[in-house]
Amino acid sequence: MAPRHIYIANAEQDTRMEAQVGMLLRVGVLSSAAVILLGGVLFLVHHGRSVVDFTIFNGTAPELRRPGSILLHALHGDDLAIIQCGVLMLIATPVARVAFSIFVFLEEHDFLYVAVSVAVLIILLYSLIWQH
Amino acid sequence: MNAIEFSLLIGAASLLAGFLGSLTGLGGGVVIVPVLALLFKVDIHYAIGASLVSVIATSSGSSSAYVRKGFSNMRIGLLLEIATTTGAILGAFLATGTPTGKIAIIFGFALMLSAATSVRHRKEQAPDRPGDPLATRLRLNASYPVGKTMEPYQVRRVPLGFGLMFGAGTLSGLLGIGSGAVKVLALDEAMMIPFKVSTATSNFMIGVTAAASAGIYLSRGYVQPAIAMPVTLGVLAGSLLGTQFLVRARTQAIRILFAVVIAALGIEMIYSGFTGRL
Repeated sequence: MAPRHIYIANAEQDTRMEAQVGMLLRVGVLSSAAVILLGGVLFLVHHGRSVVDFTIFNGTAPELRRPGSILLHALHGDDLAIIQCGVLMLIATPVARVAFSIFVFLEEHDFLYVAVSVAVLIILLYSLIWQH
Repeated sequence: MNAIEFSLLIGAASLLAGFLGSLTGLGGGVVIVPVLALLFKVDIHYAIGASLVSVIATSSGSSSAYVRKGFSNMRIGLLLEIATTTGAILGAFLATGTPTGKIAIIFGFALMLSAATSVRHRKEQAPDRPGDPLATRLRLNASYPVGKTMEPYQVRRVPLGFGLMFGAGTLSGLLGIGSGAVKVLALDEAMMIPFKVSTATSNFMIGVTAAASAGIYLSRGYVQPAIAMPVTLGVLAGSLLGTQFLVRARTQAIRILFAVVIAALGIEMIYSGFTGRL
């Protein structure tokens, strides 16, 4: 059983870390939503009157599938790529949270949970970066 | 239907789903796929891709509020995320090879499970039960605020919880939902965590789990931005609105009504799956 004072110190650290995580999540979600909204407005201005039909699955255009090409096309002002860029930022938010926890546990010298966080991060990056 | 009409209608439906989802604690994601597939005739793979993106938004949005209150347990969350993320990747791979009809049937059963768990009585666990020695070794036991004091709790049956979480992750990756119902069940019933902690921790994990399968959906062309845009913005706005009301009223009546709607959608999905209408 750990001495009482160590337990309290950890609880205080946990609270501080939780406040930072809360901030990270809020900023991530709100900025992604803003980018999605921007892309959405541009899309509706350009193609608002076009007929849309998604009853048959064809898959999205190849440039909307990879993080690198999404970013490239978004920078060129492609409206759908801008929406997709916001989607990428949204996906990146929980990934950033996991990455952040690595540093928090390092600071606490909790190496078991440094390892756990690294494992989760590797799984996430495998899914996001690997060509499937 | 043109793009403006499509976006407005789906945006409004998503807003309602997000609002009811956060008010009842069931999450909006669970009704998005059936609404898109049954009402708007959107292909189920596109529907799942859009729903998954909205799940990340609501989970991250609402857990930022929970985290500040100190209910969520980051160690439990991260440890179990190893199970949920690997499950989610498996689920995403399964989704690409599974025919639409079968996905619809599995989805229908998942909806019925969500409806059933949402009306179940959640009782607070006795705090003095002996914990799992593994939980002590993994430093999972902690305390949470009850009024002005910190109440300690013991975590039980870690391996069972871990296994259930792998299942929850697979379901989430296969169906594009948060599968909060299975997560809460694992945390409540298997690991016997106090329900304020389990709700907050499950919320915390949903975004990470969904992000794991979202990468695979994105690279396979399942995330259609023209659908993801109104769904994500609608669900997010609705759930933020819902949390404003949450403080005043978490009425049992709304909960039961929403559970009935979800169960009805579940039956419709199973029927459509069997008759090949999807």
